[in-house]
Order: sequence, then C-alpha cells, then structure tokens
Amino acid sequence: MENKSWKEIPIGGLIDKGGNAKEYNTGDWRTFKPVKDEKKCINCMICWVYCPDSSILAKDGKMVGFDLDHCKGCGICASVCPVKCIDMVQEEKGK
Amino acid sequence: MAHKTIAFTGDQATAEAMRQIEPDVVAAYPITPQTEIVMTFAQFVADGKVKTELIPVESEHSAMSACVGAGAAGARTMTATSANGLALMWEIVYITSSTRLPIVMPVVNRALSAPINIHCDHSDTMGARDSGWLQIYCENAQEVYENTILAIKIAEHKDILLPIMVCQDGFITSHAVENIEIFDDKKVKDYIGEYKPRAPLLDVDKPVTYGPLDLQDYYFEHKRQQSEAVKNALEIIPKILVDFNKTFNRKCDFIEEYKLNDAEIAIVVLSSTAGAGKVTVDKLREKGIKAGLLRPQFFRPFPADRIIKALKGKKAVTVLDRAESFSGHGGPLFNEIRSALYGQENGPIIKNAIYGLGGRDIFIKDIEGIFKDLEDIAKSGKVKNWVDYVGVRD
Repeated sequence: MENKSWKEIPIGGLIDKGGNAKEYNTGDWRTFKPVKDEKKCINCMICWVYCPDSSILAKDGKMVGFDLDHCKGCGICASVCPVKCIDMVQEEKGK
Repeated sequence: MAHKTIAFTGDQATAEAMRQIEPDVVAAYPITPQTEIVMTFAQFVADGKVKTELIPVESEHSAMSACVGAGAAGARTMTATSANGLALMWEIVYITSSTRLPIVMPVVNRALSAPINIHCDHSDTMGARDSGWLQIYCENAQEVYENTILAIKIAEHKDILLPIMVCQDGFITSHAVENIEIFDDKKVKDYIGEYKPRAPLLDVDKPVTYGPLDLQDYYFEHKRQQSEAVKNALEIIPKILVDFNKTFNRKCDFIEEYKLNDAEIAIVVLSSTAGAGKVTVDKLREKGIKAGLLRPQFFRPFPADRIIKALKGKKAVTVLDRAESFSGHGGPLFNEIRSALYGQENGPIIKNAIYGLGGRDIFIKDIEGIFKDLEDIAKSGKVKNWVDYVGVRD
C-alpha cells in the first residue's frame, strides 16, 4: 500500500472509515516468521485459539496456514503447539 | 446599536463572553487567579441563564481530558486555567491541538512554582508556545472580552481548526475593575453561529476513530498538517478581523503600533504592560524623543512579516519578556523577534529586558530606563548587555 501525502489524509489523526484495520499490514513489523511442518500438524487448533492477531488461517476445521500480512511474528503459536510443528524462521534480510 | 457599558473585572468579562457564547460543555477546575471566571460562569449555569453542561472535575488534567472527549463528541467546548493548572494539563494540551479540536481556553497568566507565587508573569503560556495552540495576549479586560468571542470564530474556521488560549495578566487584568463595552447577546450569537463539528463521534451514520496509533509512516504527515493550519491562520485571521471589526465596530489587529511610524527607538511588549509603556512613550515624546511601542496581540501564529515591517528602520529596540526561558540568552518573545529580523535589511539593534517575574511591578521609571539605554545604543551603536533584568535587586 502506497503511503499518502499530508494533503490526502484526514487531519487530526482521524480515521474516517470503519473496519479498515486489515488494510494496515502489521506483518511488516515481523522479524521471525512462522513456518509449519505439514507432516507433524495434528490440526488441534490450539495455535488458532492463542494467536493474538487472528493470523492463523482455518478452513473446514483444519489449520491451513498463516496470514503473513498481519502476523507480527510473536511466536506464541510455536510456543503453544503440543507437537512442535511450527518453527520461527528469521525473515530474509533486506526483503 | 450602541454597546452596553458595565463595570467588570477581566475574569468577569471573560465569564460574560462565555455566557454569550453559551458553549455546549465547560469542564474546569478552579485555580487562582482564574477562579472567578469559572465561579461566575457556574452561577450563570445554576441560574439557568445558559444551557451549558458544566463538568466540575477533580484536576486540570481531567478538565482538559473531559474537554477533548466533549470536543470529539461534537460539542462546542471551553475551559479556563492558570499557571500550575496549565502545567498539569500539559499532556492533554498537546492532544487537543493535535486532534484539531477548536477549544477556546481563557488563561489568566500567573507565575509557575517554585517558589509558589500566585501573581502575573507569562511563564505558564510561554511554556506552551510549542504546543500547537494559537495564543492571543490581551492588554485589558475589554480585549479579553472581545478576543474570547473572536477566538471562537478563529478556532472553528474549517481551514484552521486549532485550539486557542486567550491570555490576560493575572490580577492586573483579571481582578481590576474596568468599564467594559458589552455587545448585544443576539449579535454575539449570530456572529459565532451554530457550531458544526467536523467529525463528531455522536454521528453514528459516519463512524470515526479519534486518537489511533500513528507511527513512523504517518505521524510526520499529521504534524505537517498542523504547521499548515498555523500558516493558514496567518492568512485567514486578518479576514476574520475585518469582519469582526465591521460587525462590532472595533479596531482589533494582529499587532498594535503605538507612535511607531517615525520612532527611532522602540520597545516590544505583550499584554497589560503596554499601558505603562504607552504612557512612557507619551512622556518621552513631550521631550522630543522619538520613542514608540509595538504590541503583538497574537503570539501564535507569530506575525513575523508584520513585526519585521513595523520595526524596519528603527535604530534600537528592546523586547520585554515577562518570562525567562533559561536559555542563557534571553526570553521567548525576544528570541523569536530577533530571529525574524535576522538578515533583514535596515533592521534595528535588538536587545532583551526580562521583567515582572512573579508579579513584580514595572514602573514608568523602569521603562524610562529601558528607553534611556536605547538612546545610548542608538547614539553609540554599542550594546553593554544583550539581556537586562529590569526591576530585580542587584
């Protein structure tokens, strides 16, 4: 998303639309990203329960991946996983 | 229609303007010498003369916070304070201007502690000069009354939307009784008009978020917008003044020039001290000394171009500061004016006099001394002290 100039944004730090937090890619803040070992995952969904940023993607009762636009890389999913199928891997430098 | 003349103190004149403005919300905490403003206004509320929601809070931090909440909700909002009260508001003072809420706050200038002192100097509002608020400094109670009404119009202008401090000198103006010309109630109401808030939180059809997190990617843009609003104010205020002067038959201006046109030496001074300054100028003029006085009424926005023009060709000028900024080289008004004049052709020699801290009186003989020093500088071209402390015991 291209950042706007001071002439194009509402004054006073106001956000003049609702439900637009998802347009802000907090994933940009990440240093470590979660990587899942598909073979080990048992779809217990504990990571989905604990993720503070709703960044665990689920479909038909299964854990299908990460929303990397909003995952801040906190590592809680890796920490709570009972079968240790999530690794936190350093983002490539200068990405 | 002729205006009514009533004997009021500066504080009462402020409360009278607030009665006529009848803001939706006033949240305030009492502090000397501002107390009489809120006390008088609270009586208007109790007597049913205004429909304002008066919120008696437990501190000035809460007062300004309640004002921000009310302002964001869409209410025309006012408060008033002095000195340590303004200091306690500090965090929210910045939030008010950054959130672009056009709140008008009469400030009765008083020295900051320590040691504790309830009398006049400008250390409270001069400390807030970088807070993004506009600031008007009033010479007398009449100006306090007029500027309180004027401030509503300026603050709420769609291309300004900034809060304003309307400053008067503690006790000297706030507690002295003067004859004040009061405008007709209806005329004031018609002049300020109905308040149409920009983005009220109470408008549920257009939901907005106030005060979100703003990091490296957008905070600077929001500050740039504030700079632009202050620049806009410099261009728009003269037009508002023309309209105000026409409506109420007044002569308000950005700056006041007193016998300055042909003056060779001059002083620059804010607020009530200009009275003694003008008497001194008159006395010197009788002796054939070409003395003059400049009184900026607005300090924010800073009318640099008007000041440069007004002081052009003067031989020597002393800027009087009723505040010490502890920089080691002069007070706040001096530094801004000298900075504005730097590099200008035909600019005067300019020095500083710090005076009146903690309510120390300044007398005509003191101001005569300042002019005597200027005469010597004008003749010799030499400055002994760039910063004088006038009225302090050596």
